[in-house]
Amino acid sequence: MNLATALARLLLFPGVLFAVPVAWFFLWVERKAVARMQGRIGPPFMQPFFDFIKLLGKETPERAGIAGTLMKLWPVVAVAAAAGAVGLLPVLPASGGFEGDLILLLALMEVPSMCIIAAGFSSRSIFAEIGSVREAVLSVAYNVVFVLAILSIAAAQNTFRLEALAQRPAPLLEWFAIAAILGCLPAKLHLNPFSLPNAEQEIYSGPMTEYAGAELALWELAHGLEWVAGTGLVAALIAPHLASGAVAILLFVALCCAIVVLLSALAAATARLAIDTTVRFYWRCTLIFAVVAVSSMLFLRGRS
Amino acid sequence: MKLWKRLMCICRRRSPWLFHLNAGSCNGCDIELVAALSPRYDVEQLGARLEGSPRHADILCITGPVTKNSVHAIETVYGQVFAPKAVVAIGSCPATTNVFIDSRTLDGPLARHIPVDVYVPGCPPRPDAIIQGVVHAAVILAERGKDLPPMPQSESAPQEVQP
Repeated sequence: MNLATALARLLLFPGVLFAVPVAWFFLWVERKAVARMQGRIGPPFMQPFFDFIKLLGKETPERAGIAGTLMKLWPVVAVAAAAGAVGLLPVLPASGGFEGDLILLLALMEVPSMCIIAAGFSSRSIFAEIGSVREAVLSVAYNVVFVLAILSIAAAQNTFRLEALAQRPAPLLEWFAIAAILGCLPAKLHLNPFSLPNAEQEIYSGPMTEYAGAELALWELAHGLEWVAGTGLVAALIAPHLASGAVAILLFVALCCAIVVLLSALAAATARLAIDTTVRFYWRCTLIFAVVAVSSMLFLRGRS
Repeated sequence: MKLWKRLMCICRRRSPWLFHLNAGSCNGCDIELVAALSPRYDVEQLGARLEGSPRHADILCITGPVTKNSVHAIETVYGQVFAPKAVVAIGSCPATTNVFIDSRTLDGPLARHIPVDVYVPGCPPRPDAIIQGVVHAAVILAERGKDLPPMPQSESAPQEVQP
């Protein structure tokens, strides 16, 4: 992958130009699905776009010193990393990629969460700091499972290349790992029952409490791009490429959309858990999934 | 440039985020505001969302007859909402101090402290009335843009006369 194709993947497809409308679409699908499940009508189709433009037009507070500069920097880093993660997704068959891009994708998907932790602490608000601590504890809890599950898939297929993983259909034993990844996504995307870091009303808005205007718009965008990256990773692992061109893109978005609806159903059906229950859940329950996934992969490798 | 301004106007009108502040209310209006978010009334179909932080909000929904203790909080929170912003006074209490008029624990009505854009009268008002007030405030906010209405002149407090 040379510089030109890398830039094209980051900025055009499947990067910013493709990912931003899809991110807004997924944000809408999530809010609409939750509203429908609660018997409400829900927001209009263009709502995430309206919110984004409106936030761009709001005043942004002047902040002095290093902390102020850092607070401006974190949302930009988060958006850049999330867009980079989406840029690596194998949306089209034979779209390139390189050996080891799965590792880069994992690293980039982790950056927005680090930025959220750092942003909460730079803002010096007590509510933001509580939110950041929760985010940090949560990410330590779910990442063990998340990384183990992805490692087991990579070990079974003998490759760290997303393209190669996306080409093969998932064997039966790989579904343990996919289930473990799906179990981690609500925590990664701050959805109920693991919506601890941004727990609305409970600790105001968590790490985002002090953010306003264009900076908040960037955080919303980063969250939308995280949706695309997270669901896109699962979609790439579940379904092999059946078609090419526009049909492949449509199938990819439709599959991601189904995952978004699934996660929204979980979010609408559950209430927020306390931090100790959440951590216990990840260390006790989903860790079993991950261990089963890793051991079954080792078994598969030993047989072949 | 003109197109951008029109787009911004539409987006501001279609995406009012609310922040709820209780200034000594009896909880009647607060319950009605929550009812406006519930399935029967569903204010989210108009793009409105109850926000946790005043920094994110566009419209400040204030209930209650403004007790002396809450004046400082009202002024602080009004300052924490960034322009463009609008204020909706929900219920009869912030408009007139209602049945608590002349109470020595009050410093109302609300318009003495911050500029109010929309009054939603009632004790408590129905959720449909609150939604109408929010929509009206969103239109005001979109047309006004970043300019803010003038703060009300504070009357000098009456001197305490020593006997």
